Amino acid sequence: MYDAPLRNANVEALNTKIAAKDVQVYYGDTHAIKDVSVNLLDNTVTAFIGPSGCGKSTFLRCLNRMNDTIDICRVEGLISLDDEDIYDKRVDPVQLRAKVGMVFQKPNPFPKSIYDNVAYGPKIHGMAKSKAELDEIVEKALRRAAIWNEVKDRLHAPGTGLSGGQQQRLCIARAIATEPEVLLMDEPCSALDPIATAQVEELIDELRTNYSVVIVTHSMQQAARVSQKTAFFHLGNLVEYGETSQIFTNPVDPRTESYITGRIG
Amino acid sequence: MPVSWLILIVLAIALVGYMAGRMRIAGFHGAERPHSLPNYYGWNVAMKAMVPAFLLLVVWLIVQPFVVNSTVSAQLGEGAVPEGASMGLVMSDVRRVAEGLDAAVAQGLMSPEQVTDLRTEFSNVRERIAAAGVALGSNVTAPVLAAAQTWRKMNNTGTLMMSAVVLGLALAGAGWGLAQTKRAFRARNTVESGVRILLLSAASIAILTTIGIMLSLIGNTIHFFRIYPAADFFGSFTWSPSFGGGSQLGIWPLLWGTFYISIIALVVAVPIGLFAAVYLSEYAGPKFRAWAKPMLEVLAGIPTIVYGLFALLTVGPLLLSVFGRDGLGWMQAGTAVMTAGLVMGIMLIPFVSSLSDDIINAVPQSLRDGSYGLGATKSETIKQVILPAALPGIVGAILLAASRAIGETMIVVLGAGAAARLSLNPFDAMTTVTAKIVSQLTGDADFASPEALVAFALGMTLFVMTLGLNVFALYIVRKYREQYE
Amino acid sequence: MSDATHTGGGQRRTSLTVADARTKRRNATEKRFRIYGLSAICAGMFFLVVLMSAILTNGLGAFQQTFIEVPVYLDPAKLDKQGGRDPEQLAKVSTFGYAPLVQNGLFQLVSDAGIETPYDSAKDMKALISASAAAQVRDWTLKNPDRIGDTVSFDILASSRVDGYLKGRVSRDGITQDKNIDAGHLDLVDALRTQGALHKGFNWDFVLGADASESRAEQAGLGVSMLGSLFMMLVVLFLALPIGVAASIYLEEFAPTNWFTDFIEVNISNLAAVPSIVFGILGLAVFIQFVHLPQSAPIVGGLTLTLMTLPTIVISTRAALKAVPPSIRNAALGVGASKMQSVFHHVLPLAMPGILTGTIIGLAQALGETAPLLLIGMVGYIATNYPDGVISGFMSPNSAMPAQIYEWAKRADPAYYERAWGGIIVLLVFLLVMNVLAVLLRRKFERRW
Repeated sequence: MYDAPLRNANVEALNTKIAAKDVQVYYGDTHAIKDVSVNLLDNTVTAFIGPSGCGKSTFLRCLNRMNDTIDICRVEGLISLDDEDIYDKRVDPVQLRAKVGMVFQKPNPFPKSIYDNVAYGPKIHGMAKSKAELDEIVEKALRRAAIWNEVKDRLHAPGTGLSGGQQQRLCIARAIATEPEVLLMDEPCSALDPIATAQVEELIDELRTNYSVVIVTHSMQQAARVSQKTAFFHLGNLVEYGETSQIFTNPVDPRTESYITGRIG
Repeated sequence: MPVSWLILIVLAIALVGYMAGRMRIAGFHGAERPHSLPNYYGWNVAMKAMVPAFLLLVVWLIVQPFVVNSTVSAQLGEGAVPEGASMGLVMSDVRRVAEGLDAAVAQGLMSPEQVTDLRTEFSNVRERIAAAGVALGSNVTAPVLAAAQTWRKMNNTGTLMMSAVVLGLALAGAGWGLAQTKRAFRARNTVESGVRILLLSAASIAILTTIGIMLSLIGNTIHFFRIYPAADFFGSFTWSPSFGGGSQLGIWPLLWGTFYISIIALVVAVPIGLFAAVYLSEYAGPKFRAWAKPMLEVLAGIPTIVYGLFALLTVGPLLLSVFGRDGLGWMQAGTAVMTAGLVMGIMLIPFVSSLSDDIINAVPQSLRDGSYGLGATKSETIKQVILPAALPGIVGAILLAASRAIGETMIVVLGAGAAARLSLNPFDAMTTVTAKIVSQLTGDADFASPEALVAFALGMTLFVMTLGLNVFALYIVRKYREQYE
Repeated sequence: MSDATHTGGGQRRTSLTVADARTKRRNATEKRFRIYGLSAICAGMFFLVVLMSAILTNGLGAFQQTFIEVPVYLDPAKLDKQGGRDPEQLAKVSTFGYAPLVQNGLFQLVSDAGIETPYDSAKDMKALISASAAAQVRDWTLKNPDRIGDTVSFDILASSRVDGYLKGRVSRDGITQDKNIDAGHLDLVDALRTQGALHKGFNWDFVLGADASESRAEQAGLGVSMLGSLFMMLVVLFLALPIGVAASIYLEEFAPTNWFTDFIEVNISNLAAVPSIVFGILGLAVFIQFVHLPQSAPIVGGLTLTLMTLPTIVISTRAALKAVPPSIRNAALGVGASKMQSVFHHVLPLAMPGILTGTIIGLAQALGETAPLLLIGMVGYIATNYPDGVISGFMSPNSAMPAQIYEWAKRADPAYYERAWGGIIVLLVFLLVMNVLAVLLRRKFERRW
């Protein structure tokens, strides 16, 4: 099931892609994230697990400043991408989000054609100089998202007409078409059936070769299947962070153990 | 007996019936409790006394004038109609005379016997009636007086019969209700189904109103087309009513004025309203939104007469000073298409903005997130994701605004001028369908003349146009809502 | 997977803190777009401010009126030739008998003050005072017959031109074509003002008084038409509220889903968008031509406006009923209440604040509506008499506030324009009060389920 050679590679030898230090997040008066510090590695799938409302999605949304769109949300602490503070005043969130792509919980294709859905990002970022180039980008993204064969004959049909699993893979294709460096996935399989889930999981494993992937998931099995690193969140705290195999077989913190054995959650 | 007395008596019977019903059920003693509370038995009796009686009363009041009218006009015959008049005019004379005689009796100027014996040969009926405060346009002829006498007699007998039957029905109903008042009788269910029917009839008033609109428009429109050919109405490019006859009543200049003004209004209202809605829903913070949105909506709450006056006295002179003789020389007077269009546009801004605001807010947040997550700016998201997604709804909103603009009256009556012309210059005075409905019906024209009746044909045109736009717009908006539900 | 060791994207390893040219351009577009949005809002606000300031600057003057204090000698030789102060004999002297006395009084005032003037007869100064002055003096004299023979000081309305001159509406250049007043009169006005015989006061007659004929703008008031509006609103309130609530209860609580219910719904949503002028045609054809109700009567206006307001009330009432959660209905049904009882005992009282708010807003809309009133004859009627009682308030011809404003606007006289603007201020004050009431009601009783 795992890509054995890569899995055996020494993950510690990989570079830190995103570094978070003492991150606090407030929603109005609620202290949603407390003192989270974590280093996320390049070419690695990192899973965020934890019970509902523990703050894992909130933290994920801090990594590409999606929280900026919520008025009452306030972020403190340091988050850096390639050693650059992403909350620096000079940073344009628009540029940041081009580098840190995101896939959402519910498939959210735009009410446009499949082609336009994928071409949207490259177009706004000016990545293609000609129509042929754009066609190429779209095809490449759809191929990487393992959906090309299913949609190549109906690229101009509306994206909303696809099945749930296809829609989610279309959204992934849309996200990777802009060639981000990091891909954030917020419970990408929660709205999908098992077969579609398996397809998306396979895809995530392949994406690791090019990107740093961060995935929030409710399913511990999924975290075990796709990730190399796992972070366990509980009540806004990062309780434990380490090798996935270690977290699931030999957790250090009793809270992690309780969660994994099903006592909290 | 006057109708108001009749109503009071029926109400009194119902009240007594209510008490009697309550008392009767309370009078039953025994182990078994009555099915319903005593009130319901009372109401049952009252309901049965009132409802049939009042229904009959209403029907009678509507039918009696028709019966009397047709009998009397049959009695008069075509021979009684003088040259140049119509049956309707003679009948209205008859009615006036009858009213005058009634008034004379009521004021004690004549005894009822004197009135029945009245002859045109022996007395001046016109003077006598004038003494009672009813003025007649001409002397009363013998056939008219005779018809008036029949009129009075029939109405008197009719009213008497009506009183008797209505009261009888009320008493019978009360009796029936009382007879039903037994312990096992399900009074509550009966009363409740009565109330239900009452509620249903209240809801049906909407249908009656529509039917009323249709009938009043269609009836008079047909009447109009009998005396003025429809082909001329829809085919002529000239509108020049002249009250002496020989009018040319072509609808096109009015339609053109209506559309021209509406288009200018939409050109003002749609961009401003749409951008305002986009700003309010996508950019504005909650605080700014909390005061800016109500402020804009104040514009929608201002009565149209205010906008009319604003057009006539503020905007018109202002435009005239720029485009008039002292300025560019394009404008002759303050009232013009541009004046009315601008002001109507201002009026429609909040209409467009609040409808669009609702529609933009209905676009799911997930689409915005998807776009921002790809690194799109807000304006890119709005232009390329939100607006296309909301487009059907926005088109619906614009169509509703257009329907408003077409039906708007006061602004064009005061601000657009009165001249019907086909011109391309937006600084010319033009007129609209609504403005002409007003001027044709408030003038001194005879109500049966084509110059007055044309207003109903115009009203019909207006009604059909706005109805079509509304139905289409509501259909689009509803379709759009379903898409995101 | 030869490029497995490369970092994603690869080609563009750019710094986040430095915006590239394209991002700069995109952000500029963003800023422009934002400015368009903001300027659209500002445009809306600007129009609101212009409209409001136009209303206030043009209309506030209507609440001030110029009066001239004139000593009038109530000449017994003219007013009571028989002597004896017999009220019947006194009433025989019409206003034509009083007019010269007032004019003489003014003439006397001018000559006593030693003002130099080209006018050598009392009649020439007529242009200064309102034509209503004679009636004012006559009414007072008939009430106080024992004062005949005295010289009594009256506060007499100045003519609309004089009033306009003092308010800056009438200028010396503007009156060259004016038949009603000369430059000499204005000199006289200036002189009288320095004498202190002229003063401005709050114009209660404008708010409470009756309309006047076209030549007496200074006398016209809104009071009678206000009563007309009041009686119309009573009709609307007592018909539209119960009918609207009953219809909404039926549609929301009892209506089965069938074609007839759908038909009612379609009718209501369409009626809400039918142009108001069409309701005027309906009122004319049904209530006046068919039912023979008196023309121009508030009852007809009220009925017409009721039909027009019903959809508004139904729509808001249904929203209020919908907001009551089903658990309330279930609770009532659970203790054995019938459906009807659950609605009338529980749902309706809870929905009442919302219903009242909607009704007030519907009434406010009806109060400002003008177009239907044009067709049923409420314009063109000069509302000079107060109704005698409640019945005549409903049945006898009257005007209504917006119709009165339109009537004044049509008279094409700057003095009447001022009154039209003033009338708008009064109308807007009413609407403001009603809307504030609706908002307060909603705030006070707002319930979150």
